[in-house]
Amino acid sequence: MAQNNMVAGSGAGAASGMARKKPGTRRLRGAVSEALVAYVFLLPWILGFVLFMGGPILFSLFLSFAHWDGISGLSGIRWVGLDNFRDMATDLRFRKSVYDTVVFTAASVPLSMAGGILVALLMNLKLKGIAFFRTIFYLPSVTAGVASAFLWFFIFQPDYGLLNYGIRVFGEVVNFFVRLALPVDITFRGPQWLADPAWVHSAYVIMTLWGGGSSMIIYLAGLQGIPEQLYEAAEIDGANQWQQFRNVTLPMLSPVIFFNLILTVIGSFQIFTQAFVLSGGNGSPADAALFYVLYIYQEAFRLFNFGYASALAWLLFVVVLLVTLIQFKFSGWVYYEGDLKG
Amino acid sequence: MERSEAFGFWASKKRLAALRKGLALAVILALSLTMVVPLLWMAAISLKAPENVFKLPPWRVDWRWSNYVDAWYPYGRPVLTGNLWDDLKAVLFQKESFWWYTWNTVVVTGLSTLGVVFSSSITAFAFARLKFPLRNTLFVIVLGTLMVPAQVTMVPTYILFAHLGWTNSWLPLIVPAWLGGGAFNIFLLRQFFMGIPFDLDEAAKIDGCSTFGIFWRIMLPLCVPALITVAVFSIVYNWNDLLNPLIYIQDSSKFTLALGLNQFQSLAGDKTNLMMAAATVVLLPILVLFFAGQKYFIQGIATTGLKG
Repeated sequence: MAQNNMVAGSGAGAASGMARKKPGTRRLRGAVSEALVAYVFLLPWILGFVLFMGGPILFSLFLSFAHWDGISGLSGIRWVGLDNFRDMATDLRFRKSVYDTVVFTAASVPLSMAGGILVALLMNLKLKGIAFFRTIFYLPSVTAGVASAFLWFFIFQPDYGLLNYGIRVFGEVVNFFVRLALPVDITFRGPQWLADPAWVHSAYVIMTLWGGGSSMIIYLAGLQGIPEQLYEAAEIDGANQWQQFRNVTLPMLSPVIFFNLILTVIGSFQIFTQAFVLSGGNGSPADAALFYVLYIYQEAFRLFNFGYASALAWLLFVVVLLVTLIQFKFSGWVYYEGDLKG
Repeated sequence: MERSEAFGFWASKKRLAALRKGLALAVILALSLTMVVPLLWMAAISLKAPENVFKLPPWRVDWRWSNYVDAWYPYGRPVLTGNLWDDLKAVLFQKESFWWYTWNTVVVTGLSTLGVVFSSSITAFAFARLKFPLRNTLFVIVLGTLMVPAQVTMVPTYILFAHLGWTNSWLPLIVPAWLGGGAFNIFLLRQFFMGIPFDLDEAAKIDGCSTFGIFWRIMLPLCVPALITVAVFSIVYNWNDLLNPLIYIQDSSKFTLALGLNQFQSLAGDKTNLMMAAATVVLLPILVLFFAGQKYFIQGIATTGLKG
C-alpha cells in the first residue's frame, strides 16, 4: 500500500522541471539539491533514530550477552556469552511473568477484539445522537494512566468496590424474581479481584476492555469505508442480516481486523502502567500481576541487572517479531479489495 | 382503515425494524453506562467525607470540596500569614504541591508536543513530497521502528542520558520528541501530505518558494486537523506517561502529575476520598481537551487505521 502511494507521488513530482533547454543536467542538479534538502529535513529523525533507536538496539543486543550493574561505568561490563539466556531457563519469576503475560494476552485480545467490533457495529447504526455515544465509548481510553489505575483499584475492592456492589445489586434483582417461583436464595458474591491471585488476570482484562475505545474507532472507520452497494446487492440476492454480516461486513473489515489484531497483541505484551500502580510495583499478589515489562523494569531499575534486563527485552523483541510474522503468514483470511483490481 | 394501519404496523417489517432499533439503543445505553459510571463514581468519592467513602449507595455525595484542597497540598496546606503577597506565593508556589506537578507536566507535555508536531511533520513532509535516494528503504525503517518494544531501547537510552548527565531532569522526556516525533505520527502525517495535490507545490515552486517555504506556508496550514490530531495524541501520551518519568526523575520537585499521583498513593493510600480527588484533578484537563478536540482526534485515528 505504502509502496504504491510512493510510486504515484514520485511520478507526479517528476513531471515538473522538464521541457527546458538542457533537461538532463538541470534535472540532475535539481534532483541532487532536492535530495540534499530532503536529508536536511530528515536530519532530526536520522539523529533520533541513531541515538534512541538504532544505537540502543545494538547496544542492548550487546548487553544481553553481558553482566552489568550500570553503576561501575562502561568498564564494568563483563561479557558472559549466553549466560543471561541460560539463567532464564531456571528463573522462576521469568517463567511466571511469561505465564502471566500469555494468559492475559490470550484472554484480553479475543475479548477486546470481539467487543470492539460489536460496539463499532452499534456505533455504525444510523441513530440520533450516535456521535455522542461514540465519544462516550472513546472516553476511557484517553484516561489510561495512573489516575484510572487508581480508580480501578477501588472499583475492585472486594467489600466496598463498585464492581462487587453491582454484582450484589444484580443478585438481589435476580433473587427477587427467583423468590416469586422458588423458596430459595442464590448467593451472589463477587470475588476478591486484585487480592486473589486466581482473579487478578480477570481484573486486568476487565480494565483493558474498559479502556479499549481506540480499536473501536478504527473498526468504525473500517465499517464506514464499506460501500453501501455491497449491502444492497446482498439484499437483492436475498441475504439476511447474519449472512450480510458474514459475507460482506467481515471480509470487507478483515484488513482492519488484522491491523487491530497485530496492534492489540503487541500492546497487550507490553502492559505496564496499570500493573505497576495496582501491584505496588512488584507484581503482587503472588506475582500474579508480574507482567513481562514490569519484570524487565524490576530487573533493570530495581535490581540493576542491566545485562539480564536487556536479554529479557531482546527476547520480547524477537517474540513480537515472530508473532507478527506468524500473523502475516496466516493472514490468508484477510481480504484485500485491491487484489481484485490487480 | 385506522385499525388496519395500526395492525399493519404491528405485523410489518417496520415494527421489526423499530424493535431492533430499540434493542440496539438499549444495549448502547447499558454499555455507555459501564463506560461512564466508573468516572462518575470517582468524582462522587472525591467529594465524600472520609467516613462515608464506602457507604452505600455509591452515589451519595457530601459535596466536600475541601477534599480537593487537601489533595492539592499532599504535604499539608500552606501556612497563611495574612500578608497577601506572601500568602499568594505560599499558595501558588508551595513545592511538592499539585501546582508544581501540574506546572512540571505542562512544561514537559508542552515542549514534547511542540517537538513531536514539528519533527514528525517535517519528516513526514520529506517522505511524502521529496525525492531522494533510499527513500523507500528509510520509510520501511520508520515503519519497522513501530515494532520495537520500548523496553528494548529503555536501558541503553537510560545509560546514554546518564552519561550526558541528564538524569533527574526533563531533558530525557523532551529531547527525543524533537528528534523524529514517533513513527506512528510520521506515518499519520505522511498519509495526510500524500492527499494534497502536487499542483500546489509546483505552483509555489514557480513563484520562487523554497522547499521549506512550501512545507511551512502551504503544507502545514492545509494539515491543521492532522497536526491537531498528532498534538492531542502527544499531549495525552505525555500527560499519562508513567514509565519514563519514573525512570528519569528522582527529585520530587520535578515530578510530573503521573509521578506525583503515584507518590500520593503511598502518602494518602488510606484516604480514598483524597486519592480520588487527586485522580480527578489529573484526569480533568485531559477530558476537557478530549471534548474540545474529539472531532479531529477520532478522525485522525480513523485515517491511520484505514490506511494501515
